[in-house]
Amino acid sequence: MTAYGHKKTAFLSLLCALLLSAISFNSLARVDIHKFDNPQQEADYKQLVGELRCLVCQNQNLADSNAELATDLREQVYQMLKDGHSKDDIVKYMVQRYGDFVLYNPPVKKITYLLWGGPFLLLVLAMIVIMLYMRRQKQEQPEISQTQKQKIHQLLDE
Amino acid sequence: MMRFLVPAGFLLLVGLFWLTLDRISEGEYNPRDIPTQFIGRQAPAIDVPDLFNPDITVKTADMKDQVWVLNVWGTWCNECLREHEFLVHLARDKKIPIVGINWRDQASDAKAMLARMGNPFMRLGFDPKSKVAINWGVYGAPETFLIDANGVIREKHAGSLNANIWEKQFSHYFTTTGKDS
Repeated sequence: MTAYGHKKTAFLSLLCALLLSAISFNSLARVDIHKFDNPQQEADYKQLVGELRCLVCQNQNLADSNAELATDLREQVYQMLKDGHSKDDIVKYMVQRYGDFVLYNPPVKKITYLLWGGPFLLLVLAMIVIMLYMRRQKQEQPEISQTQKQKIHQLLDE
Repeated sequence: MMRFLVPAGFLLLVGLFWLTLDRISEGEYNPRDIPTQFIGRQAPAIDVPDLFNPDITVKTADMKDQVWVLNVWGTWCNECLREHEFLVHLARDKKIPIVGINWRDQASDAKAMLARMGNPFMRLGFDPKSKVAINWGVYGAPETFLIDANGVIREKHAGSLNANIWEKQFSHYFTTTGKDS
């Protein structure tokens, strides 16, 4: 491996380490003491509290929130997993009570068309505006007369 | 054209802003409202001890065959303080059956507040761990549900209750038997 290659791998691993540490800091933000029957159950729990939204502090998921209702909802998720409910059961249970709002990844259906399509709509609109703007600028560019051109060349040559 | 459009747009925004703030303060609009999933559905179970008498369990079935109101509240919630007087008025002057759920609260605080401001609740469940709250899809306090004589949830209001909202949303359920509508 060349010296250059070493540098590159060192840089990449540093970057990875930084990214990973950011992730773990985030999950350390809050600590519940839970015992799981098996690693799968723990993984399911982590995935669920990451996907379900805190309803009090509406821009956080359950995992990141310290709100009291979020604590109780996490407990509910934990208890249901312990009782042998599947992930789908738990998501269904929450949606029945709180609607699609509780999901950070809501299904595409009529009522969420704007939610999913909105960003693309805005992108297209923005592109149209930019195109119109650019076209106008082009049209407004003043014609340069022959004498002006000569003058420019004179100035550039000096 | 632009000279006219920009101030017009600005005025439009100011107007919308003012209207929205007004509706929020009147309790007619709640930007954090989460549409309830329960209208037209059977009322979920309640299964928590009574605040004053922990040996008794408060149950949904206790209220069979009548129109009733469920109110979720806590002493930590300012909007609940604001609506409390109105709840007392409903219970005392209009004989509305109200079941209270004291949510995430200290029992002693709740008892003190009811002693001071009056107790509008014919039954009062104690729910420090959000058992009832989660089962009913509650996400804030106060929340008020109306359950008809068939045990079906008909209305829900998130936020402080007042005479205006009561007249618009709830009162007509008590002029009929609640069985037909």
